[in-house]
Amino acid sequence: MLQQVFKSPQKRSIFRELIFKEIEDLGISSIGIVAFISFFVGGVVVIQTALNLESPLTPRYLIGYASRESLILEFSPTLISIILAGKVGSYIASSIGTMRVTEQIDALEVMGINSLNHLVLPKIIANVFFYPFVIIISIALGIVGGWVAGNITGLVSSTDYLTGIRAEFEPFHITYSLIKTSIFAFVIATVPAYHGYYVKGGAIEVGKASTRAVVWTSIVIIVLNYILTQMLLGK
Amino acid sequence: MIEVTDLYKEFDGTPVLKGINATFEKGKTSLVIGQSGSGKTVFLKCLLGLLIPEKGDICYDGRHYGEMTEDEKRNLRKEIGMVFQGSALFDSSSVEENVMFPLKMFTNQPYNQMLERVNFVLHRVNLENVNDKYPAELSGGMQKRVAIARAIVMNPKYLFCDEPNSGLDPKTAILIDNLIQEITDEYKIITVINSHDMNSVMEIGEKIIFLKDGVKEWEGTSDDVFRTDNKAITDFVYSSNLFKKVKEAQLKEGGL
Repeated sequence: MLQQVFKSPQKRSIFRELIFKEIEDLGISSIGIVAFISFFVGGVVVIQTALNLESPLTPRYLIGYASRESLILEFSPTLISIILAGKVGSYIASSIGTMRVTEQIDALEVMGINSLNHLVLPKIIANVFFYPFVIIISIALGIVGGWVAGNITGLVSSTDYLTGIRAEFEPFHITYSLIKTSIFAFVIATVPAYHGYYVKGGAIEVGKASTRAVVWTSIVIIVLNYILTQMLLGK
Repeated sequence: MIEVTDLYKEFDGTPVLKGINATFEKGKTSLVIGQSGSGKTVFLKCLLGLLIPEKGDICYDGRHYGEMTEDEKRNLRKEIGMVFQGSALFDSSSVEENVMFPLKMFTNQPYNQMLERVNFVLHRVNLENVNDKYPAELSGGMQKRVAIARAIVMNPKYLFCDEPNSGLDPKTAILIDNLIQEITDEYKIITVINSHDMNSVMEIGEKIIFLKDGVKEWEGTSDDVFRTDNKAITDFVYSSNLFKKVKEAQLKEGGL
């Protein structure tokens, strides 16, 4: 499958149009839900961290520090990717699956178009290049959400929180986060596309393929998360 | 001319096509008929290259499909127009985008020129003012006509239609049949239609190939269908009460 996917596009101008369309369908349309979830989860992370660091000997700025690390290392790249596996993965599997069962993919093939390349490669490129921006937005809004929650609840002052956010910053953690995101983005485009492309039957099978796609994408993300963490951060 | 020689196709060890030989000529509408499960769709998909036969040869105007490289196959497919049973229009694209799609993919024409061609073929299939509509907003007959427009927009040499009038009322079905025949005559293309509709056989069947259980059981013209002694095809044709009554009436009048 991937050999056909990565062939050179038949017409570059059409291919460019498809990439922009996929960026809109798969990326920009996901920003709203990602922003909403990130903001509130950022708040929850701060509240939970603050409640677990009640000792007077523990500096309060650690709440900001711990929240930042949680958001950068795990929440934004991994959990947001799993959320996107549900939202975007089901969309990819069902849209390609519907094209398969309604013979639209056969129509492309009969026209002499490499359907895998035409349908899947723009999704991969859109995901791999756009999701890192989505995750950066998620990290930023999570931090803002944490700051707002800390202020509203009075659990951590702005000064302490901002001190924590800037404390012992390790730039490689951002790199690690974005590497993970790009790999997960590839998985979110390819696993559901596989399940959709090879579906046989009708509407019920498309639904089942969509569910299977989300489950397998989530499993692959979780396993890869472990492997990548061990490879990139493990000693 | 399309020449099919000794075509075999099987699925999981079960033979579906058992040595089909056939020729399809330029400017003629050929119908492949047979009951459901007789192998018509598999035969058509083999002709289109969507299925690879286990054995046999398909030759498009001297070009042997089995000997072609992937690029040559893709180039050949640019000469093919196909009308699918369910129309297979891209449902998230408008009528205009659907019909323009092959032009955008395979030509470098400016937009205005492509639009002119799209409007011409839409007019040719008797569709006006539907450019901005989506397939779901059209009736079944209109969808079929859009599918025909998309199939002929690149001036194909070969036109394949899989059950082009299934799900259509008899009047619309005849319109679609006649439209396909007119286009075949006008552009001198090779048209192959899969059908189990006897009205189509009567209307446009210049050449009929009857498949039964993956075997070519009979071949002839639409006139021959009603004269043949071949039991398999007479059973098929006269399975309809209407045709039985027509035959009885003609026998009484001594017409057959």
